[in-house]
Amino acid sequence: MAVLQRSKPNSPTLLLLLAQLCFLSCSSLAIASRDGSGYTINGRVKIPGFGAKGFGLPVKANNAKVLLNGGQQVTFLKPDGYFSFHNVPAGTHLIEVDVIGYLFSPVRVDVSARNPGKVQAALTETRRGLNELVLEPLREEQYYEIREPFNIMSIVKSPMGLMIGFMVVVVFLMPKLVENMDPEEIRKAQEEMRNQGVPSLANLMPGGARSN
Amino acid sequence: MAMAIKLSLILLLCLSSLLAPSFSLFEDQVGLMDWHQRYIGKVKHAVFHTQKAGRKRVLVSTEENVIASLDLRRGEIFWRHVLGPNDVVDKIDIALGKYVITLSSEGSILRAWNLPDGQMVWESFLSGSKYSKALLTVPSNLKVDLDSPIFVYSGGCLHAISSIDGEYLWKKDFAIESSVDVHQLILSGGSDVVHAVGVTDSSQFDTYEIDVKNGGLLKHTSASFPGGVYGEILPVSGDRFVVLDASRSVVLLITVNNGATHLQQTHVSDLIHGSSENTVILPSKLSGIFSLRTDSCIVFVKVTDEGKLNVMEKVDKTVVVSDALALSEGEQAFALVQQGDSKIELSVRLVHDMSSNHLKETVKMDHERGFVHKIFINNYVRTDRSHGFRALIVMEDHSLLLLQQGEIVWTRDDGLASVIDVTTSELPVEKIGVSVAKVEHSLFEWLKGHMLKLKGTLMLATPDEVAAIQQIRLQSSQKNKMTRDHNGFRKLLILLTRAGKLYALHTGNGRVVWSTLLQSLRTTSQQQCAGLKLRQWQVPHHHALDNNPSVLVVGRCGLSLTSPSALSIVDAYTGKELQNLGPAEHSTVQVITLPFRDSTEQQLHLLIDADKRAHLYPTTPEAASIFQRESENVYWYSVESEAGILRGYGVKKTHSSEYSFEARNLWSIVFPAESEKIIATVTRKPNEVVHTQAKVIADEDVMYKYISKNMVFVATVSPKASGPIGSATPDESVLVVYLIDTVTGRILHRMTHLGSQGPVHAVLSENWVVYHYFNLRAHRYEMSVIEIYDQSRAENKDVLKLIVGKHNLTTPVSSYSRPEVTTKSQSYFFTHSVKAISVSSTAKGITSKHLLIGTIGDQVLALDKRFVDPRRSLNPTQAEKEEGLLPLTDALPIIPQSYVTHAFKVEGLRGIETIPAKLESTSLVFAYGVDLFYTRIAPSKTYDSLTEDFNYALLLLTIVALVIAIFVTWVLSERKDLQDKWR
Repeated sequence: MAVLQRSKPNSPTLLLLLAQLCFLSCSSLAIASRDGSGYTINGRVKIPGFGAKGFGLPVKANNAKVLLNGGQQVTFLKPDGYFSFHNVPAGTHLIEVDVIGYLFSPVRVDVSARNPGKVQAALTETRRGLNELVLEPLREEQYYEIREPFNIMSIVKSPMGLMIGFMVVVVFLMPKLVENMDPEEIRKAQEEMRNQGVPSLANLMPGGARSN
Repeated sequence: MAMAIKLSLILLLCLSSLLAPSFSLFEDQVGLMDWHQRYIGKVKHAVFHTQKAGRKRVLVSTEENVIASLDLRRGEIFWRHVLGPNDVVDKIDIALGKYVITLSSEGSILRAWNLPDGQMVWESFLSGSKYSKALLTVPSNLKVDLDSPIFVYSGGCLHAISSIDGEYLWKKDFAIESSVDVHQLILSGGSDVVHAVGVTDSSQFDTYEIDVKNGGLLKHTSASFPGGVYGEILPVSGDRFVVLDASRSVVLLITVNNGATHLQQTHVSDLIHGSSENTVILPSKLSGIFSLRTDSCIVFVKVTDEGKLNVMEKVDKTVVVSDALALSEGEQAFALVQQGDSKIELSVRLVHDMSSNHLKETVKMDHERGFVHKIFINNYVRTDRSHGFRALIVMEDHSLLLLQQGEIVWTRDDGLASVIDVTTSELPVEKIGVSVAKVEHSLFEWLKGHMLKLKGTLMLATPDEVAAIQQIRLQSSQKNKMTRDHNGFRKLLILLTRAGKLYALHTGNGRVVWSTLLQSLRTTSQQQCAGLKLRQWQVPHHHALDNNPSVLVVGRCGLSLTSPSALSIVDAYTGKELQNLGPAEHSTVQVITLPFRDSTEQQLHLLIDADKRAHLYPTTPEAASIFQRESENVYWYSVESEAGILRGYGVKKTHSSEYSFEARNLWSIVFPAESEKIIATVTRKPNEVVHTQAKVIADEDVMYKYISKNMVFVATVSPKASGPIGSATPDESVLVVYLIDTVTGRILHRMTHLGSQGPVHAVLSENWVVYHYFNLRAHRYEMSVIEIYDQSRAENKDVLKLIVGKHNLTTPVSSYSRPEVTTKSQSYFFTHSVKAISVSSTAKGITSKHLLIGTIGDQVLALDKRFVDPRRSLNPTQAEKEEGLLPLTDALPIIPQSYVTHAFKVEGLRGIETIPAKLESTSLVFAYGVDLFYTRIAPSKTYDSLTEDFNYALLLLTIVALVIAIFVTWVLSERKDLQDKWR
């Protein structure tokens, strides 16, 4: 992806300009040219899954914004996804992309003063370096819970379903179980219950054991 | 013991809220308990686009840096973009009939937006050599295929830019040769010359003729005028211009003819007989006519072909004049609006025939909208080929109205885009009981609704039925009633806007219940007034139940801090201004709500003026006596960010008058100016409720929270790092945070973050503070938490001591005692930039808390406080896991389902307000910016009520099933018994 840098008429020297063009042509790093008092950062936002060739912006991304340093500069995307920040001083900057429905990692961008045109970019979330300033979302964001389609399990699992299920168990299975049990054993269990008495709330509480 | 049980119950309760985002919504639940309103702000410029058949629209740019395309029929927003806070829109226009051109950032950024959908087409950056006014000229007679350039004058240069792709064509730098300041760019139709008219050193007129093709200078004429000029040059006709001289008493007519510039002076007093103070030339461009405004009137002056000035008409000075609108055959029309009492008079005139009104309409106008500030007109051709006019007017309260044929077609309350302060008010209690008949009537409907809902949950409903369910849900919830409800969800949100208007919004659906333009805050020609604070003034509970609640509005009349303040008290039910206490003699820099009330339940307030004197309100003897009694316990502090000083004050015993008191300085903390600069101070919400002071931790141990209302969080950075990100290196930026007691000035805790910088956003609640800042070393945002615990109560854990009574639990928490405190803190990475942080608040403070984080994407994220718990560790023990402590992670999770704003954006987010509902589990959230958003959240889920979509039908069905089952089994067992007996 070659990014053509339109040379501004007031660029300091022709030499510098040539150096930039040379740099840009040999490396595909999108990026900084000097204009006036600062540099220009060019980049591109790519949202996969839209458009036939994998680029182009969805209708959703119509309101996409790109923010420099927490809102110091705000810019918008061109139809092909390109954006640029002008008049950026040399230093380390942070670029954030805001598209509803997608999570983008902020990008650390170093604009070097000594080496005009040299820009390093890295995703801050994954610490992955970028060869070119092409920003892709980390993931899509789903803001709503998805309703489970109707199935019998969801009914069974609901409190009412459990109540019915429990009732069925008690009504139909318990008598069978009791029938199958040894009468001797039942008596023993009943006696044990009597001996234990009513369980008190205090026993269940943390700290209760100590105070007892 | 009782306490232990209570504590463990709370613990259980906290446990019960699962880790899954407790704020999550199904898509069909949108709008059930939330609402979202979109605004644009006060309109600065408007351009109509009505040429073609189809959608008629108006493009506007506003003071909130919004550009928007509005539907001219209904006033709805087609599309809208909120530009950055520094990206102020200078000019807006339409090019090629399909692009909206905006010039912003003092003329340095030119953008083109696609007219139908608002997609940005191109963007050009224009660099200049000096600051200057920004001018934009778009050729109006463009054919779509013809690429005529757009001309922009900014930064001392004239730029020509291709309108198709934003390509830079040429640039002409005026600043190289002379220091000319261009006032007007004129592009006469069809010619290849662009005219630039300007002033050099405010004493010489220059006109330039520049070749459209290449920017070459064709002709330059100049004439000097030693008197100097005031304001802007206004073109009257192709070769004539008018301007005022520096003394504002002489009108200069400039005629440029064959390379010679001719000046002609006329005294304003000759045109206007009488007073002519503060004369200005109005910027409306009308051919052959200009208008002058003085303190007494507006006059329209015609410039004849011979260069004579004739006064055509004199109108009242409150009249607002629109720009000229070109009609067919070179005719021009413009509109005048005359303000009347509760009505406005709109008249449209033709420039060539000023004597009579082309159209005159009287429109009824709500006087709460104030004066007309701006008017834009547009014409349409009626069926009988005559011209009809529609006018877009901007009112004093920032609302936007479209007038057509003497009617208001639509209105937009865009004042709500600039909310300054928010408070709430309870609704009146319902007096008449619900009649039984009504309930019976709706029983069948009710059951039907629930059957439908059951179908919906089982995913059996048809699309029609789904729509019906949605309808029922929206109607049945009774959320829009004008009475108090049992759960405390229905309230009035009272909003103070920058225009000085007070709005009351119903929390049910966000409709405006009433609105009042406060007379005390109205900006007049003498002074500029602005609202500052909004406080609850009277909240009737027990004694004064007959009274309506009321709110106090504090404003300032003037721009400086020492300007007099304006106070008014407004009835919260009707919006009537009950009392207008302003303009008071003193200024106001701080408003303190005291925790005292008088017998009529009026809240006592202390207003601190610029001279550090405290003024007590209400000014009644009773309030004064209450205050005298309690004055020893009244403390406040002030932050002087510039000087880097924090000062604490108390009230002096001697008072200057009955209701104003001298302050005595108790303590001050001076931050070293060379290494620390205050960037943020945050204090606790005064009405916050804390349920328990103790916190049970894993090993059945108790920690005591240090809960003090007098705690302030202060963040400072090294001065080098006070700029934006990227301006400082990690080595030279240090962030220091403090927790300071505001009564004694004691620094409770100090912490240093090396290599970090602001902006800092923080929230202080209970015994903890969470703050957001930027870590330059990791180059990521971080959030830190500090929890502060009272060590002096740590020995109270022994149960025996508690029983014997040898504990200090009954000693009150006081700032005078200096308890030992310990702090715990932890830091985490956070992905986004933050615009505001707030915390959920509930009625009793039992429910666990959620942080509400307004992200850079203008969304509000609810983050469980348990994620920012300093006791999190990498490998929590079994006991800690049971307590609900989460394993430590380096970054805070962003769960998309926990955005309280779900798929909405609160554009231009500025603040998040939380209000407790009566139901303990629920907190009301109101986020405001350019948009407004309201919802309610339940941080621990709604454990104390059934959810709105609780399925009663399913419950009924289960009960019926159970009853049937009982009968069946009973019958079966009877039969079995019978069989047993027969055997």
